[in-house]
Amino acid sequence: MRTTDIVIIGGGPAGLAAALAAREAGVSDLLILERGNELGGILNQCIHSGFGLHTFREELTGPEYAARYMDRVLAENIPFRLGAMAVRVTADRRVTYISREEGLETVQARAVVLAMGCRERPRGALSIPGSRPAGIYTAGAAQRLMNIDGYRVGREAVILGSGDIGLIMARRLTLEGARVKLVAELMPYSGGLKRNIVQCLDDFGIPLKLSHTVVDIHGRDRVEAVTVAAVDGQRRPIPGTEERVPCDTLLLSVGLLPENELTREAGAAMCAATGGPVVSDRLETDLPGIFACGNVLHVHDLVDYVSQEAALAGESAAAFVRSGGGETGRRVRVAAGNGVRYTVPQFIGVDRMAEAAVVRFRVTDVFRDVCVRLSLDGRELTRRKKRALAPGEMEQMTVTRSDLAEARADSVLTVELEA
Amino acid sequence: MGTFDYDVIIIGGGVTGCAIARELSRYALDICLLEGEEDVCSGTSKANSAIVHAGFDAAPGSMKAQMNVAGSRLMPDLARELDVPFRQNGSMVLCLSPDDRPALEALYRRGLTNGVEGLSLLTGEEARALEPHLTGAVEGALLAPSGGIVCPFELTAALAENARANGAEVRCLEPVEALERRGEGWAVTTGRGALTSRWVVNAAGLSAGRIHGMACPDHLEITPRRGEYLLLDKSAGSHVTRTIFQLPGRYGKGVLVTPTVHGNLLAGPTAEDIADGADTAATAAGLALVRERAALGVADIPFGAVITSFAGNRAHSSRGDFLLAETAPGFFDAAGIESPGLSAAPAIGRYAAERIASALGAASRPDFDPIRRAIPRPAQLPDRERAALIREDPRYGDIVCRCEQVSEGEILEAIHRGARSVDGVKRRVRAGMGRCQGGFCTPRVLEILARELGISPDEVCKNRPGSNLLTGTMGEADHENH
Repeated sequence: MRTTDIVIIGGGPAGLAAALAAREAGVSDLLILERGNELGGILNQCIHSGFGLHTFREELTGPEYAARYMDRVLAENIPFRLGAMAVRVTADRRVTYISREEGLETVQARAVVLAMGCRERPRGALSIPGSRPAGIYTAGAAQRLMNIDGYRVGREAVILGSGDIGLIMARRLTLEGARVKLVAELMPYSGGLKRNIVQCLDDFGIPLKLSHTVVDIHGRDRVEAVTVAAVDGQRRPIPGTEERVPCDTLLLSVGLLPENELTREAGAAMCAATGGPVVSDRLETDLPGIFACGNVLHVHDLVDYVSQEAALAGESAAAFVRSGGGETGRRVRVAAGNGVRYTVPQFIGVDRMAEAAVVRFRVTDVFRDVCVRLSLDGRELTRRKKRALAPGEMEQMTVTRSDLAEARADSVLTVELEA
Repeated sequence: MGTFDYDVIIIGGGVTGCAIARELSRYALDICLLEGEEDVCSGTSKANSAIVHAGFDAAPGSMKAQMNVAGSRLMPDLARELDVPFRQNGSMVLCLSPDDRPALEALYRRGLTNGVEGLSLLTGEEARALEPHLTGAVEGALLAPSGGIVCPFELTAALAENARANGAEVRCLEPVEALERRGEGWAVTTGRGALTSRWVVNAAGLSAGRIHGMACPDHLEITPRRGEYLLLDKSAGSHVTRTIFQLPGRYGKGVLVTPTVHGNLLAGPTAEDIADGADTAATAAGLALVRERAALGVADIPFGAVITSFAGNRAHSSRGDFLLAETAPGFFDAAGIESPGLSAAPAIGRYAAERIASALGAASRPDFDPIRRAIPRPAQLPDRERAALIREDPRYGDIVCRCEQVSEGEILEAIHRGARSVDGVKRRVRAGMGRCQGGFCTPRVLEILARELGISPDEVCKNRPGSNLLTGTMGEADHENH
């Protein structure tokens, strides 16, 4: 069987950054497996700008951001395969993939970085009633059809869900001459970034109807209309508020799901709140030598954070290759406390942690003027004031090794909100 | 004989029509199957429970009972000949109240009368020992080991393919508009012209009443009866291993919960008579009812793993039984084929074909080939065989649908065998059937269809003409707006 030091599954932003970091950390024997026909992943279809403000201090388009990493991967001669789909990963780090050129190949890796990204939640997951005509797309599928393939997907659209891709697509459709009638959002707040609401909806006069959803889809061959209704506090449609909105297209931007079938089959412990694997501060899953980063770990809103996180996964994988690993010593559990939906990582290996660890998290609701509090077994370590927090914006806190010096093997580090 | 275009025209390319075409193709006859939609398996056959019923349900002596029991006996061999996914997973009928116990026992006796093999009555504990997710409300159950599950899409497509391989013609997008007696046969007018045939078979499903009326003086009432379903991800596919029915009882008509032959979990159907057979919209109330009823018998169904919901309309006949008879000279009705129509299809095919062939005095064809090979499914092959297949044809190594791991090679083969639309590809090889429901693969399937059919991408349809996925190509003016 072929062997490789590190196999990276996925050649999107996470996979590329992980590979570069692993190479910088001195591992030369790498292999990136990318199922698409080019590196860069979903960034290739994100032709709008707004990427890289944190990483490069300039505003890039998705393909430009990806190119910065692709150029370095090419310059470093990091091996990659395109059109190569990983179909199996085992706990002992054998990766099987399928491709036109190589058929079915299995590689024994010393470490694996999972960077498969996420997929969109489909209509069926919401059980939206109605007929099933043409013209219903997830926002990302429509984005690909427009930006990669150069097709028009519709003339008059309603968008359900105000996730970032939905917002971006509202603008994109408008710029291509389609009419976006409204964006309906089930929740009383948007799941997207504030800047996207301003730049993609407000600037184009597209109404955002919060606490609204699509309750029916009409049309036999092609969508002819959708019925939109207001929802109550339990998110149930309120009878009498239905409004029939004629349109030929319904775009869904109703959530992203980390794509972890391989991870589950490998046997990694999963986190219900993120949909990704449970990881340590080194982004290692509970399967030694298997690391995860990017949207397969938890859904991000900014690619800059994906790149940062992936670099850590790449470094950690390199360290594992050099000196073996698995978590030993004190393992502090990171708990999502009041107002916090999840944290990544879910635990910190205190005895081998770096100087500091970044704890990323999302909140459960919209909050104003609260404190984010970090405490170890009830003893406060840090607190930071926040003017506004929203579920659509990922937050982070840093915890240092000295913060955790006193930790016991069963200590709990809690991230929570306080009024 | 030379004065007719065909010996037999079959109207309707559902599982019934395709089974009749396939069985008729055993004889030296000129056969033509007419389907109104763009592909076979586009009506009732595409949206049902995908169950092969054991046969205890129908009234003894009825055509439903006869055809169901015979059909379910024929199914294993037919599935083998046609290389179609079929599994005898067994079924169970749950009794949810002590008051309903007599009804369960009556069902058991009815099954014995109908000739169903291997039936047994279980206590609640025995049932739960076999199916650990059954609820505490289960008082008892009827176990039928001969119950099974099948892929209705592939069965229908395979029957049509095998009929075609044996000389039958299959013509899509030819809805029948008129039918009249012409000499010793029939003139059939479709949207594309007139055809003549000595015999006509009415297997038109929801339209069977209309077709019947063109040939017979009496009225045949076919009411579309809508059934709504929830389909769950493969992660939920082993929640039950058998098909779990509920005894109609104090909670009304129950719904079933079953694994599918592809490893998903299916719950449904509701039953609601509606006016328009073309209306297959799912409703909030119907889907809620499926959840609620399913949960009475099966606990902890992970409804969070629902990947799609759908509705299908059964062709319910006011006569209460399948109508399988020559109702006018040279006109054979295979009408009112509601549940257990899928289970009965192999037997209906034989029954109709034997009668028609005998009336026409047709001889058996010595060269009839009952074997149809499935489209290769590389994802189900052992590694070594999969590797060999890709070496032989690299297109089987190009994964288009990630969720179901469907390769370009399979999609090309589906198109080669008659798929003309995104749904036609989906039903044949499952591209877009998985957990992302086509989010990733639709653009590529569309591109492959356009390329292979030699049409422009904006002409590619989801299913029927008019269901175009795209409204134009960028850089060109949008056709309608400018």
